[in-house]
Amino acid sequence: MAAGAAWAAADLFDVEDALAFASQQTSANVATQTRALTPAQADVVSALTSRILPAVDGRPGAAQAGALSFIDRALATFNAAQRPLYTDGIADLNRRAQAKVSGAAGFTSLTSGQQDEVIREIEATPFFQAVRLDTIVGTFALPSWGGNRDYTGWHLLGLEHQMTFQPPFGYYDADVNRRN
Amino acid sequence: MAPQSRPSARFRPNDLVDFVIVGSGAAGGIIAKELSTAGHTVVVLEQGPRLTERQFDHDEFGTFMRGHNINDPATQPHTFRPTPQQPAKQRQVLVYGRLVGGSNAHFTGNFWRMRPSDFNEASRLGGIRGTGLADWPVTYEELEPYYTKAEWELGVSGEPGPFDPPRSRPYPMPPLPVKSSGVLFERGARALGLHPQPSQMAINSRTYNGRPACQHCGFCLIFMCEFRAKSTSMAVMLPIAEATGRCEIRPNSYVAQVELGSDGRATGVTYFDAEKRMQRQRAKAVVLSANGSETPRLLLNSASSRFPQGLANSSGMVGKHLMFNTYFEVNAQFEQPLNEYKSVQNTRMVLDFYETDPKRGFYGGGGIDARFGRYPITFALEGLPRDAPTWGEGFARELGRQFPRTMAFGCHGTSLPLETNSITLDPTLKDAWGLPCIRTTYTDHPDDLKNAAFLGGHATDIAHAAGALKVWAAPVVAQTLAVHLLGTCRMGNEPRTSVVDRYHRTHDVRNLFICDGSSMVTSSRGQPTETISALAFRAGEHIADFAKRGEI
Repeated sequence: MAAGAAWAAADLFDVEDALAFASQQTSANVATQTRALTPAQADVVSALTSRILPAVDGRPGAAQAGALSFIDRALATFNAAQRPLYTDGIADLNRRAQAKVSGAAGFTSLTSGQQDEVIREIEATPFFQAVRLDTIVGTFALPSWGGNRDYTGWHLLGLEHQMTFQPPFGYYDADVNRRN
Repeated sequence: MAPQSRPSARFRPNDLVDFVIVGSGAAGGIIAKELSTAGHTVVVLEQGPRLTERQFDHDEFGTFMRGHNINDPATQPHTFRPTPQQPAKQRQVLVYGRLVGGSNAHFTGNFWRMRPSDFNEASRLGGIRGTGLADWPVTYEELEPYYTKAEWELGVSGEPGPFDPPRSRPYPMPPLPVKSSGVLFERGARALGLHPQPSQMAINSRTYNGRPACQHCGFCLIFMCEFRAKSTSMAVMLPIAEATGRCEIRPNSYVAQVELGSDGRATGVTYFDAEKRMQRQRAKAVVLSANGSETPRLLLNSASSRFPQGLANSSGMVGKHLMFNTYFEVNAQFEQPLNEYKSVQNTRMVLDFYETDPKRGFYGGGGIDARFGRYPITFALEGLPRDAPTWGEGFARELGRQFPRTMAFGCHGTSLPLETNSITLDPTLKDAWGLPCIRTTYTDHPDDLKNAAFLGGHATDIAHAAGALKVWAAPVVAQTLAVHLLGTCRMGNEPRTSVVDRYHRTHDVRNLFICDGSSMVTSSRGQPTETISALAFRAGEHIADFAKRGEI
């Protein structure tokens, strides 16, 4: 059927519009001040996110993506129910840090190797599982949720955020798509 | 006829329109278009909002974890129990699109015809004890013109495969460009003597009827297409219906009941508007296309003294024979980047295992396709093999290395219709509108799980033959999450054992019609949308004819 051609052409959401829209979406709102966590708690959570998803091989990690901003904003809004879990978990982490290294002020004063040792003690706890999930979401959810600053998390995965691609897409289809 | 850009119709609830259609998805949109272009006045009631392309996004967190654009467990909770003997617990098991366009608006685009063999399996196999396996009241030959209509009016890309059923016209568009997953899949499948073929997708491979070709952004599965390159009811059918000046799409309209007059005829529906005020839309006839969970719920919630066990339910079959289809994945990593995050979900598949083969010792069949099925969050949560690190340097390194190098082999299989697998009303739980909620009872038939494991074994073989460095799969277990909601108001010639007749008219109420996934008698091989679309084109045509002849 030829139906729709004239109608659709007049009102089409075209490629340029889509690209402009996509670029608007990249402006992340990064919290400069935490709302749910105290500055000291935020430092601990930030350190945790860095150990869960560290920057490696020249790629950014959760800290560069601003996962903390997502976590804090979520705890201040739709994830408020988990604030006690976070508060208690952070306190526990600081106690464990002090027990491990005498004189340590808390988790953030440990070396990353020591932090990993403490994390291994609590790996199975609901607190760590929650922080792990929130770190992943804060790194990879759209910037409008508060993290994944400038799509840094997607860069970590090698994902370019574009509204249009053309073949070839990957290594294995390069030959066949270049032929076509 | 090209739609004119005249404003769409606006009716008042008190206006007596020819048809009220509940639901605007794959079936509702097509029937609205068929009835309005045939000259009838139509109101389409949709519980979700109406979104424009500018409001679409690629928000994985919002969609998968915050319930954006899908049925919302906070306001529409439902309960689940594996068997009738177990207590039902609140849990999100059923997922459907909640917006103008329905689940069809966010579907992946797979568009498979069923085969002649699908329509008479019960008589060919001699039935299967303990199941409700039945023949369809229509044949493939009767439905073929409507499959063709669906492919041409909506717009489908593909080419016939070696096992395809007879078709009266070729595909309107050539296949989409192959992805790396498709190339590898084809390599592996051919090495095993299988017959890989391009995936048949309701996505444009070139400009079609004024809509552009796919731009390969990669967000088809559970997202709406900003470019209108996905050939959905929302993008194609609803605009034509509205352009007739006889069809109104009314969003944010949550239907409560189908109303029945003292003469036993439907008089319209009651619904809650956006402000939760009760409204009543009068209509000469009612069409339910609300999906395989909400359609039976609506009938059960419309019980009356005349129909104490639910409207149009003298057979007792409303809500029964729920089928989910089985879906399992085999995952594989390759040496070089595939970049599966680009373009459509899948570009190659095999249908060699489509038919039931009694030699296997179980009912069922299906298809296997090359896909990815992950977005960034889901990949980080479940995209690495089980022995991969879950945090730390190793985790970060593996995510970065494997995201571009991973693909999945999707196994789409049959579900047997069982009376115990059902949609009923929860005896106590109410939704935010005060209506009884859905209670789902579901356990896969053992044959369904055997078939899923069988397909998974072949998918594993294909992955190895394709040269994967690592292949793994989650175990095949009973399904507790469903996006295909089928079979709950099945078609049939016999009023004692089916809800609608071969023209989708309910056996019990002359001016009440049902067409959606609930009409399906068997489950398809895991891709029901084209069959639902073909049924809707056929139902729309017949219902319009009945109206013309005064037979409603």
